[in-house]
Order: sequence, then C-alpha cells, then structure tokens
Amino acid sequence: MEMLSNLALGFSVALSPYTLMLAVIGCFLGTIIGALPGLGPSNGVAILIPITFTLGLDATSALVLMTSVYYGAMYGGRISSILLNIPGDEPALMTTLDGYPMAKAGRAGDALVLSGVASFVGAFLATIGLMLLAPMLARVAYLFGPAEYFALYLLAFCTLGGMASNNQAKAALASCLGLGIAMIGVDNNSGMPRLTGGNLHLMDGVDFLVAIVGLFAIAEVFFFIESHGKGSSIGVKLDKVRVPWTDIMSTKWTMLRASVVGFIAGILPGAGASLGSFLAYMSEKSIAGEKGKFGTGVPKGVAAPEAGNNAAAGGALVPMLTLGVPGSGTTAVLLALLMTLNITPGPTLFADRPEVVWGLIASLLIANVVLLLMNVPMVKIFVKILSVPPWVLLPGVTMISFVGIYSLSGSYFDLLLMVGFGALGYVLRKLDIPTVPVILGILLGGNMENALRRAMVLSDGDPMFLFSTPIAIGLWAAAVIGFVAPMFLRSVLKKPQAITD
Amino acid sequence: MASDRIFGLVALFVALAYIASATQVQTSFLSDPVGPKAFPMLIGAVAALSALVMVVRPDPNPNWPVGKTWISLGVAVVVLVVYAYALKPMGFVVPTAIAAAILSYQISPNARNAALAGAGLSVGLFIVFKYALGLGLVAFPKGLI
Repeated sequence: MEMLSNLALGFSVALSPYTLMLAVIGCFLGTIIGALPGLGPSNGVAILIPITFTLGLDATSALVLMTSVYYGAMYGGRISSILLNIPGDEPALMTTLDGYPMAKAGRAGDALVLSGVASFVGAFLATIGLMLLAPMLARVAYLFGPAEYFALYLLAFCTLGGMASNNQAKAALASCLGLGIAMIGVDNNSGMPRLTGGNLHLMDGVDFLVAIVGLFAIAEVFFFIESHGKGSSIGVKLDKVRVPWTDIMSTKWTMLRASVVGFIAGILPGAGASLGSFLAYMSEKSIAGEKGKFGTGVPKGVAAPEAGNNAAAGGALVPMLTLGVPGSGTTAVLLALLMTLNITPGPTLFADRPEVVWGLIASLLIANVVLLLMNVPMVKIFVKILSVPPWVLLPGVTMISFVGIYSLSGSYFDLLLMVGFGALGYVLRKLDIPTVPVILGILLGGNMENALRRAMVLSDGDPMFLFSTPIAIGLWAAAVIGFVAPMFLRSVLKKPQAITD
Repeated sequence: MASDRIFGLVALFVALAYIASATQVQTSFLSDPVGPKAFPMLIGAVAALSALVMVVRPDPNPNWPVGKTWISLGVAVVVLVVYAYALKPMGFVVPTAIAAAILSYQISPNARNAALAGAGLSVGLFIVFKYALGLGLVAFPKGLI
C-alpha cells in the first residue's frame, strides 16, 4: 500500500495544470524529435537540456518535460522507420524490418497505429515494472559501498562495450577517452589541477553537456553534409488511418512477451533499448518459426520490437534512478540532466526526494497516455513534419546547440570545445567506435575514481578490498562475462541488417 | 585496415602522452593511498592497450568521403569555429544567418534555399529564444543601435 500512497504523491505533483502542459509539450516535441531522421532521443534530449536549464524550471518540471521528450522520442522513432525505412533512432532499426514491408504493401496506417499501441503497452508495463522494482533495488543499493560502486561502474562500461558495439577494443578505447576527459580539471581530493595543460578554461573540467551536444548533435550535421541529405524524402505515402483492431488483438501476447524481454534488457546497465528491441524481435521470430514470415511485413514483427524498445526505455530508468548508472545512451543523457539539476540519483533519492521520483513515475504514466492519444489520431501531422528538408533542419539544430551551450557559460571556449567534439564524433562514428561510452565515461569518471579512492582509504590501500564482498565479486564476474561473452556469441547472434529496396 | 591502424597509433601516442602528463600531477600533503595520479595512469594504460589491439587487429576501412566532400566538411568546421568566436561581439542575428546559410548550402547546394534558410532560421530562432523562452540574447552588436 506504500506504493499507492507514493503514487498518489506523485500524481499530486504531476497533475498540476502547469506540469501537465509541460508533459503535453514534451510529448509533442519528443515525437517530432524521434521521427526526424538524424535526430534521435539522445541528441534531442541533449540539445534541450541547456535550454531547459536556462529557462529556470524547477527540478520536477524539468524532469517531467525531459522524460516526456524521452518517451516521445521513443514513440516517434517508429514513424520514419515505417514510412522511410530509415530508423529515426538506433532502437527503431528493428521496426524497419517488418514495418517498411508492411507500409509498402499499402498498410502504412495500420503499421503506424499498431506500433503506437505496442509502444504504449511496452512503456506502460515497463513503468509498472519500474514502480515495483525500483524501490526494492533502492533498498539493495544501501548495501553498496565504494568497492561495490566501483565494480558497478566497471560493469556498466563492460556491458556497454560488450553488447552495444562490434569491437571490444574500440568500445574500451571510447570508455577510456571519456574517463580520461573526466579527469581533467581540479582534483576534488587534493585540490590540485590535473591534466589541464595550464589552460585556465579547463580548470573546471569539461562540461558533459558540451561533450554530449558536440558528439551527438554537431557530429550529425557533418554526416548530413557528407550524405548531402539524401534519402530523407518521403518514401511511402500514407492514406487512411484506421485502428486495426484485429491486428492488435492477434498480437497481444507478442506485445506482452516483448515487453517483458525488453524491460529485462533495459535494466542491464549499459545494454539499453537497442538490445531490448533486438531481443524482443528475435525471440518472437523464433517463437513464430518459419511460418511466422517475419521480415515480410507481418503485424507481429512490428509489434514486438516497438513494445520491446519502449519497455527497455522504461527498464533503463531503473538502474539510472536507483544506482546512478544509466542503462542506455539516452538515460546517460537523462543522468546528465539530473546532475545539472543537482539531483544525485541513488538509493537516497527515494528516501530524501520522494516527490521527484514519484512525480517522475507519475509523469511517465501521464506521458504515456498522452502519447497514445497523440500518436493515433495525429499521426498524419507528424508525417508532415518528416518532410522538413534537412537543409533547414540541420542548420537549425546547430544553431540551437550553439545558443544552448552558449547560454550555459557564455564562453566561446565551450563552443569551440563543442565543435571539436563534433569533429571527433564524426571520426569516431566513421571508424565504428561507439560514442555512448565516451559520454558515460565523462559522466561517471569522477564518481568511479572517487569510489576507488574511498575504497582504498577504507582498506588502507589493500586492493583485495575491491573483491571483499559477495556483491562486489558478483559484479566483477558479471563485468568480465559481459565484456568477453559477446566475442563468442557474435557469430551466433548476428544483428540483422536493414533491408534495402 | 589503414584507418584503424592510423587511428590506433594516434590514440596510442595520446594515451602515452596522457600517462606522461599524469605523472607530472602535483600531489598535496593531504593525500589518500591512491592519490590523484593512479587512476588517470590506469585509464591511460587501458587506452594504450586498446589502441594496440586496434593496430594489430584492424577492422575493414569505412567508406570515407572523397574529394569535394572533405572540402565541404572542412568549410563547415571553419564556419562553426568562426561562428563560435563571432557570436559574442557580433550579436546573434547576422552571424547566425551567415553560418546557417553556409551550412545549409553544404548540405544541399542551392543558393536561394540556403539564403532563405539562413535568414529564416536566424530571425525565427531569435524570436523564439528571446521572447518565447526569455533567453538574454543580443540581436546586434551594441554600438550599432
């Protein structure tokens, strides 16, 4: 019953007209961001953080707005997957496999509505799961000392590197790059500047928002310059939009199973939404077998990845809120938001700031309903927005990024740094080096080092202290397995590539 | 093959330089058993190892852009750097219009559309930022008004 009273508290925060308005705006913006090719949840949320910050919203309002954008972007990603065969974001890749063939067969409207409903089911169940699981995990998290936290951070980097990338060495290098950047600035323990090269601008360290916006948003501009914005015109026409009740009823078990699979994948630190949609699609494909005709435009193939993707988006919030370790690239960006708002995620958040946690959960439920209502009847509006040409969109994104970062510090140095990160992001992505570990490294580097140093203070410099408790040993083992196992599984579990015409 | 090897070598040198500069970090009298040097050196070591693996076992080359696209990318970087310096002394509207127009032209080479996109984005965004969101932007340099 404690949960219900907590939830009531959350709704009392989230149901005020003002926050409700923010939720609606956030959902609308988020769906657009998710739908536009080249603007995914990560860079969409990243661009908006500095702007929300300068708007002076209080913590709860800012959280409501940004999580609505986050969920909205997860919904929106399916629109361009289905209509253009271009995933609006990475997790939506699996939706192209059956969504685009279905649209080509003249059932674009059905596919969009069905995927909208599947998104709703996935996100709704995941939010319920979050409500049940997060407080329990928060209680476990009290048992975590510095040694456990160090192992947990390591686990996040290892699973992220192992599962979300194609080459372990490159993922490890990316993590080190981020961690290395996090070390720049004044050392908290000794008060001495480190690795600044004598540059005064670097004494405060590198702001993670600068790195996020540079790596995600500015790098995207370079990619569009390279491709000259090709392949972003409307692919399949959308005519009548009806609610395909028979398809929805026939895929209900698929949605349920995919939600569970996606939620579990989302909880794993570092694995995230892409893994959720991938596992959901693959498990449904193997359940349906050859007769299921997955890949030819079947409703189940649309419902499974969308439910999995959105469930994973909710699941990824569990480790982020309770342990401060994000489960995906976008939750890493949300973690950046929390840090900017001076909220420290972790078990104490549930005890000290219940209104923030439960307000967030309530607003997720509200956002979800708003998104369902918005996405089924208004899907045509979002389809129109897809036809914004990239030669307007990308310069616009750049200018918004510049203003956002400029308004943070008012220093041209941060802008230069952002452009530098943009160029770096272009080269990294060209070389298939994942950029999410870089962000995670910058975000968590300071905490990871502090955990290590505190552990060593406690044990008077005995490194065996890091392996002294069962939880720590378990986390270390999981980290090693998460990093090594995918090397052997890679030949078995091959990511299906997007179909081409 | 070559791309990964070159990047790996560059990363290796950066990692070694990083370790070298980490050894120069000053320690204060208030120190813990680990100190401020150890963790950066550990990161540098792991990075150097990963870079070595990239040199020894490179992936196939990505499709790098050719000729003219490199020029476009170079122009874009220069424009963004100049824009970063110009934003404060020159006000928002003029640098934004120019930078947005050039970027737009690099994405889709159509001078009329690019000019329209530049002007429209600059004025539109200024109105949104200044009046809808209430950010303290300066439209033109102070001396002119």
